[in-house]
Amino acid sequence: MLPALIILGVFTFYPIIYSIPLAFMKYSVIGQTSWVGLQNFTRAFQDSDFWVSLGHSAEFVIVVPILQLISIYLATVVNKPLPGVTIFRVLFYIPVVTSMVAVGIMWGFILDPTGLINTLMQNAGFSHVIYFMNNSHLTLPILMGITIWQGIGYYMMMYLGGLQGIPSELSEAAEIDGASPATIFFKITIPLLKPFIWVCSLMSLIAALGVFDIVFVMTQGGPNNATLVTNYYSYNQAFGNFNFGYGAAVGLLLSIVITLFSVILFVYQRKGGQTHAK
Amino acid sequence: MQSSQVKRISSRHSYLVKGKRMSTGSIVLNYAVMIIVALISVFPFLWILSASFKNNENMSSIALITKHMTMVNYSGLLKFIHFDKYLFNSIVITLGGILIDIIFSSMAAYPLAKMKFKGRGFISGLLLSTMILPASASLIVNYITISRLGLLNTFAGIILPGSVSAFSIILLRQAYLAVPDALYEAARIDGASELRIWWSVMLPSVMPTITTVGIMDFINKWNAFLWPTIVAQPSHYPIATALQSLNGQFTYKFGYIASSTILSIIPVVIVFMMFQKNYLQSISGAVK
Repeated sequence: MLPALIILGVFTFYPIIYSIPLAFMKYSVIGQTSWVGLQNFTRAFQDSDFWVSLGHSAEFVIVVPILQLISIYLATVVNKPLPGVTIFRVLFYIPVVTSMVAVGIMWGFILDPTGLINTLMQNAGFSHVIYFMNNSHLTLPILMGITIWQGIGYYMMMYLGGLQGIPSELSEAAEIDGASPATIFFKITIPLLKPFIWVCSLMSLIAALGVFDIVFVMTQGGPNNATLVTNYYSYNQAFGNFNFGYGAAVGLLLSIVITLFSVILFVYQRKGGQTHAK
Repeated sequence: MQSSQVKRISSRHSYLVKGKRMSTGSIVLNYAVMIIVALISVFPFLWILSASFKNNENMSSIALITKHMTMVNYSGLLKFIHFDKYLFNSIVITLGGILIDIIFSSMAAYPLAKMKFKGRGFISGLLLSTMILPASASLIVNYITISRLGLLNTFAGIILPGSVSAFSIILLRQAYLAVPDALYEAARIDGASELRIWWSVMLPSVMPTITTVGIMDFINKWNAFLWPTIVAQPSHYPIATALQSLNGQFTYKFGYIASSTILSIIPVVIVFMMFQKNYLQSISGAVK
């Protein structure tokens, strides 16, 4: 038991605790480390890049409702007892088990100036080449789209677990009474899945606000800071500029934002649950 | 009236699917949705697979299958990058991490399950807090720890920080809790020691969960790319990390990038396909 707790303690829980004092230090790997009080935080508040990055991380939250709605709908589809449905579940899940590096390379190749989309558009008669990954209006939405593409299989499986606990008689009865598929989806399926929707939305929200890997792999925050998100900004301050203290302070501010959003979602869920019970 | 209507419709336009009545339209719609989403999910993989068999001349061809399919991107890979070395590194890092996680987590979860100690909420809380802490913050602190331990640019430095996962401990603790108490009591009465009970009674009972943990670990650890760029030199990079640095440097050698991407994906897809039933079940059961 002890070795496991030591590893977990040193590498998982210690970072949570130590990143707090670190945010109040000017940390140096070789030289002197000194306490600087709130300096790292005041610097962040005056740093326009920090605010830009926080805005992009917040924008990324748009992914959450889209991803959840598509996944819920897809879960209802693969929950039907159709032949071959298991094969489709597995196919939808393949992007989930693929490394972000491979995902970035694959989509980068498709979106390249000489890639599939541009070639198709030229064959269709468009003369302009679209530099998808150099266009500051397009890059953030593209990263969101790829995040949705990769996440669907995962949340679909979560919701499938939820649907399998719901007796199918309810929606069948509604169907016989003449309810449209849309009515069944919004009036029966979604309310019954509520507990699952809250858990998945919370996980998805935490992931969206903390988005990092896809930015690291595909854009490194560029072009012109168009995809600079806070988690990447913090990383870059620490390992690009070796400002460990400042990086930790930015990271700490981000965890405060994530905690706040999560608490808001949690309180909202509680309230929603109570009114629902009445 | 309702039921006669359904009957009439059913005799004309519906099928019985595994004992459930579905209209033709709904069956067609469901398959159409599944086929479209499957194509969107899998197309980027097919596209890069096709690219890995194309030479430079027909690389920009939009056909998935061209007349001049070539193995040159695979045969030339060893000359272009040290693929064999990265493969070796990936295997060491992945298997090392899985072994440490399985051994230590299965040992740590046992007392957590048997001691009737009220740590569950505490542990789940800690797990949630590890999710909320941004990647950057734990990277910074772990980098400081690893450099102080003198483990920079070693396999130990790459493997240790992410090795034991709190999630594995929670999964295994639940598995131990599901083992009937009678089994434990019987071994106890026979005079077996606590260690022996764990080894020959408890451990075999939680084997299915250990398999699940092993598969999840394999996928996570094989795909992890970020940490090695921070604590190690390219000589210790696993495939995923090497791919990331190559992708920035050799965009003109796309055939090689494509073939090494395919080779890096294959092990994960094979393991996932082999264990998909067990794996997908534990994912869909995770929220419960």
